[in-house]
Amino acid sequence: MTQDISRRRLLKWTGASAGIAVAGAMLPNFGISAALAADLGEGDIGVLNYAYALEQLEAAFYTMVIDSPFEGMTDEETDWLTDIRDHEVEHRDFLKEALGEGAIPDLEVDFSAVDFGDRHSVLMTAQTFEDLGVAAYNGAGKLIENGDYLLAAGKIVSVEARHAAAIRDMINMNSVSFAGDDVVDENGLDVAKEPAEVLAAADPFIVTEVTAMSLV
Amino acid sequence: MNIKTILSTVDPEITDRLVANRREFFRSSALKLGAMASAPLVLAMASQQAFGQELPQEIVDVLTFALTLEHIEDAFYRSGLEADGLIPEEYVGIFNQIGKHEAAHVAFLSTALGSAAIERPALDLTAGGTYADALTNFETYLTLSQTFEDLGVAAYKGQAGNLIENDDILQAALQIHSVEARHAAIVRKIGGKKSWDGAFDEPMTKEQVLEAATPFLA
Repeated sequence: MTQDISRRRLLKWTGASAGIAVAGAMLPNFGISAALAADLGEGDIGVLNYAYALEQLEAAFYTMVIDSPFEGMTDEETDWLTDIRDHEVEHRDFLKEALGEGAIPDLEVDFSAVDFGDRHSVLMTAQTFEDLGVAAYNGAGKLIENGDYLLAAGKIVSVEARHAAAIRDMINMNSVSFAGDDVVDENGLDVAKEPAEVLAAADPFIVTEVTAMSLV
Repeated sequence: MNIKTILSTVDPEITDRLVANRREFFRSSALKLGAMASAPLVLAMASQQAFGQELPQEIVDVLTFALTLEHIEDAFYRSGLEADGLIPEEYVGIFNQIGKHEAAHVAFLSTALGSAAIERPALDLTAGGTYADALTNFETYLTLSQTFEDLGVAAYKGQAGNLIENDDILQAALQIHSVEARHAAIVRKIGGKKSWDGAFDEPMTKEQVLEAATPFLA
């Protein structure tokens, strides 16, 4: 994984709110080749690419987690985290296939903020990604026009929520954290986030410039 | 199968077959707080743009279907938390949290439906004796809990497409859907199972869900 901080600083996600302001204008690309930048596109393709970007991030993260296990990872933890890795890889590959020619390129990720040898660092990052994934799908459902795509997103999001609950219980076993008051509100509703907010949260982990010019 | 057909056969007076003393519930547990805290927020929401207008029948049907399932879950957790010695001490907090959410879902959906909201139907948590020890044997209770939660996940997923024209209600339904999945995950874990069956959760049709849920309606 890259540690190229100087380049990383140039290549930031452009969230939807910022993207709208500059839509149609030329974005400076700082001489980076087109293959390293990606706009998610518009309509349902844009939403699917948005999901695909997040699944790429998750799949890459858990691949690292299994390839370089944290100190003291138990057999059960290995088993569960391997399942989660496999699920995220399936989600990524499913979306890539669904998108076909419309898929954004492979993203370059940056997990330099994660200490893969440390259980707490890994699980807290996992929790962040899972909760973010849930909130992203919950917020993106209304942007989807095609019922088949909405159902596909629904089949993925509840598995992300299962992951989130399991990871949270690994961190705080037998507590209410699995569906804590930090993610479920007074109405019993989980978090929903708009793309701009999700992309901003994912930004530190992604090197590739990704823009969401048309996702509103 | 029409949910209204089933519910019309239910005597509205017999709402609490397994819930012996309703007042007792309201004195105990965090359930009361959850339900009451949510009411003003829901009302504020309802009085504004989201659920203010007359809802189309198709959406009323989906919400009524969802509310029926939430009523079952709500009663199930209230009853379980009231049953002495059923839930081991280390899991009481977890089931309180789940119960709090189900109560909030009932309140939320009831407010969204307004005058169209159904009352809690009469329930038989033993499903005609199939689960006779539902409230005395924790293993049975866990099995039923997982059943209701996984059923809820599949039910909301199956209905999402019917809400596609209403962004606010679709999003709220999705926000409930993922909470049910969090519940399912922890209940499965307590039962010594994986929190998932695979990378994708499959939907169920309304008919499939009702077939599974109907035995619990008295």
